[in-house]
Amino acid sequence: MQVTLKIRRYNPETDDQPYYQDYLVEVDPNERLLDALMEVKRFQDGSLAFRKSCAHGVCGSDAMRINGRDGLACKTLIKDVATEDKATVVLEPLRHFPVQRDLIVDQSEFFRKYREVKPFLIADAPPAAGEFRQSQEQRLRFDDATNCILCASCYSACPMFDEHPEFLGPAALVQAFRFLADSRDRGLDQRLPVLDQPGGVWRCQNHFQCTLACPRSILITKRINETKRMVQKRRDEQGEPTHPNE
Amino acid sequence: MLHAFDAVIVGSGGSGLYAALEAGRQSRTAVLSKLYPIRSHTGAAQGGISAALGNVEDDRPEWHAFDTVKGGDYLVDQQAARTMAEEAIQAVYDLEHWGLPFNRTADGRIDQRRFGGHTRNFGEAPVRRACYAADRTGHMILQTLYQQCIKNQVAFFDEFQVIDLILDQNQCSGVVAVELATGAIHSFAAKAVLFATGGFGRLFKVTSNAHANTGDGPAICARRGIPLEDMEFYQFHPTGIKGLGILISEAVRGEGGILRNRSGERFMERYSPNLVDLAPRDIVARSIMTELRAGNGIRGDRRIDDYVHLDATHLGAETLRTKLPDITSFCRTYLGIDPALAPIPVLPTAHYAMGGIPTDIHGRVLGDARGTVVDGLYAVGECACVSVHGANRLGTNSLLDLVVFGRRAGRHIAAYVKDAPPPRLGADAAAQASAWIARLTDGKPGPHGGHLADRMQTLMMQQVGIYRNAAAMRQALEGLRELHGRYRDVRVQDRSRAFNTDLLELIELGNLLDLSLITASAALTREESRGAHSREDFPDRDDVNWLKHSLAYLEQEQVRMDAKPVDVSVWEPKPRTY
Repeated sequence: MQVTLKIRRYNPETDDQPYYQDYLVEVDPNERLLDALMEVKRFQDGSLAFRKSCAHGVCGSDAMRINGRDGLACKTLIKDVATEDKATVVLEPLRHFPVQRDLIVDQSEFFRKYREVKPFLIADAPPAAGEFRQSQEQRLRFDDATNCILCASCYSACPMFDEHPEFLGPAALVQAFRFLADSRDRGLDQRLPVLDQPGGVWRCQNHFQCTLACPRSILITKRINETKRMVQKRRDEQGEPTHPNE
Repeated sequence: MLHAFDAVIVGSGGSGLYAALEAGRQSRTAVLSKLYPIRSHTGAAQGGISAALGNVEDDRPEWHAFDTVKGGDYLVDQQAARTMAEEAIQAVYDLEHWGLPFNRTADGRIDQRRFGGHTRNFGEAPVRRACYAADRTGHMILQTLYQQCIKNQVAFFDEFQVIDLILDQNQCSGVVAVELATGAIHSFAAKAVLFATGGFGRLFKVTSNAHANTGDGPAICARRGIPLEDMEFYQFHPTGIKGLGILISEAVRGEGGILRNRSGERFMERYSPNLVDLAPRDIVARSIMTELRAGNGIRGDRRIDDYVHLDATHLGAETLRTKLPDITSFCRTYLGIDPALAPIPVLPTAHYAMGGIPTDIHGRVLGDARGTVVDGLYAVGECACVSVHGANRLGTNSLLDLVVFGRRAGRHIAAYVKDAPPPRLGADAAAQASAWIARLTDGKPGPHGGHLADRMQTLMMQQVGIYRNAAAMRQALEGLRELHGRYRDVRVQDRSRAFNTDLLELIELGNLLDLSLITASAALTREESRGAHSREDFPDRDDVNWLKHSLAYLEQEQVRMDAKPVDVSVWEPKPRTY
């Protein structure tokens, strides 16, 4: 079948404004959208700029907006987005990021916020021999949060950024939860100042857009709510209020 | 632009990050990565990392080392394999202490499962040796190491593509890189350079490898006169998703999955009576191809793109959910099937390079057949050849290789740079790299790289793939040389400097073309069958003439072959049966 990729393009060296360009490609409906993009890149227009690597949904490079929804081009099949011959698929860069070129966005702010939550195990000294013990139930508690590939689909999907760019965002909060819910971790107090602030957990208002967008099926909103409860509980233990407002 | 560091790590997968952590503790270290660090292909490794912890049944490092040697068809350097198996245990515990979320046993220890070629007591029966985090063990290793790099404030240069090595009189003094964001050329002066650039599965049409796996490190080294070792040994993983090549982990068979042909027969019983579906990958991949040729594929048309079934329907939804969730998801996404209900259509897929840049067990690059160390130059991971994988790597040993030798190289670098002379960069250090880019971007008319890449991948897949013979490979070499000639005329279509991914892909294509020539030449030269290298015209292993590592020197567009001995100091080579 044939599909038209309608791609939002922008090159800061030459363009004043973004514009849309159409590419007609011959594809198999069972192919990935990324395969169609590679077809354009290799055989039609080498100047089209996008990131990609693993091509099967585990590296997080090719997140973009596909017909207005956030996701990975390599985890989206043509038949999922183009039901009839000559259908048009609209591809745009992720929202809430500065566009660097075409579908490539600047993710430095996203990774800065990720680092803010101290995304590493903060534990007691490990046992002299062997591993920390952890039950299967304890391990399962944070299982889906370990799926995160930092693709930033959730960051694009979350409506809170429209008004509140300082929000840490879904991915960073999932990473915080991944450690807070790990029986080996002792880092709640160290992470509390960044989580319990206006741009922290309280900014999430349960729109569930992140959960819908996540290509790794993480129950993001649920994990953020669990994190809110951990923060609330700790503040209660300290006899202190939480800090949801400026 | 000029930068100066004690150590520069090229690549941010498992081995690069581990080395950076170790080197960075004691020296000024920078990581240069063409991708964002957590995008590396280490993250795609699925099934596990092996270590003789003995958590669920008796196991010993000695058995692990022996399996590694036999799995590699005795082309493994045996002391290196011992080192890896012995250090595996602490390496896995260290990862756990850093938070790696391994699956657990009922008593809260790291759980372990079976994998191909890993056995109890020197080949008696499969053993549970693979430590795993569901079927995303590589993802967890990559995440854990990156988390530690953040904690330890390792310096990263993201989206910097290294294109040349600064090497003079056997002394390495830095690298030259292009910055994706600006197109600027940067020179990095360093006392030590470590290549950790990963594999080069993109040589082949159907591969489990990422688009980024283009062998940049080995190609750069080869162009600078360093030989590449055992390049004829390239592993095809038996179970890639038909057509797409996406990896379906060996862990499916480790958990009890069964390969079946069109009559539903468990055909591996005929090829490997002892280990059956858990035979090493080279054997399983060949067995599948033999079934297809005999008309036993699912379509039964004897074409090389026919396929077999991987049956996981009897494993139960619970096992699939807790131990193989990503595989289940891949099957749903790419095939529209539920592996609990329907068998998975699979076909071998180009997966792993056993060969690469020759090193010792400290990661130091060896520049010739005598083992002369290239001062200040290191390599580790898939781009390197220690050699612990020999002619065929066992599943789970790649993640182990990254961790054990990444750490060893990082520690050696930290010690080395203390006394090493300061690097001296000549004024023309970046001249050769600049000339290459200038040619690709000079605006003259010329073909684009797309068709060349396509042709190279098809030639390699069809004529230098699982089964090989002299006539087909000679023909392939002719085609590859012609592609080399055409590459000299290739030009970018993208005329911008910032985020010129077109330029970077043409550079990658140049690297792949060099490696294709080397791989095909090495494969044509080795007139025996050993491990993953299967010659139809030389079907037997020949220890008298070929129990040796090959070394391939790239000289202009010719490849000169040399050889060096294999360390067989522990176990005498024997016929390899399973």
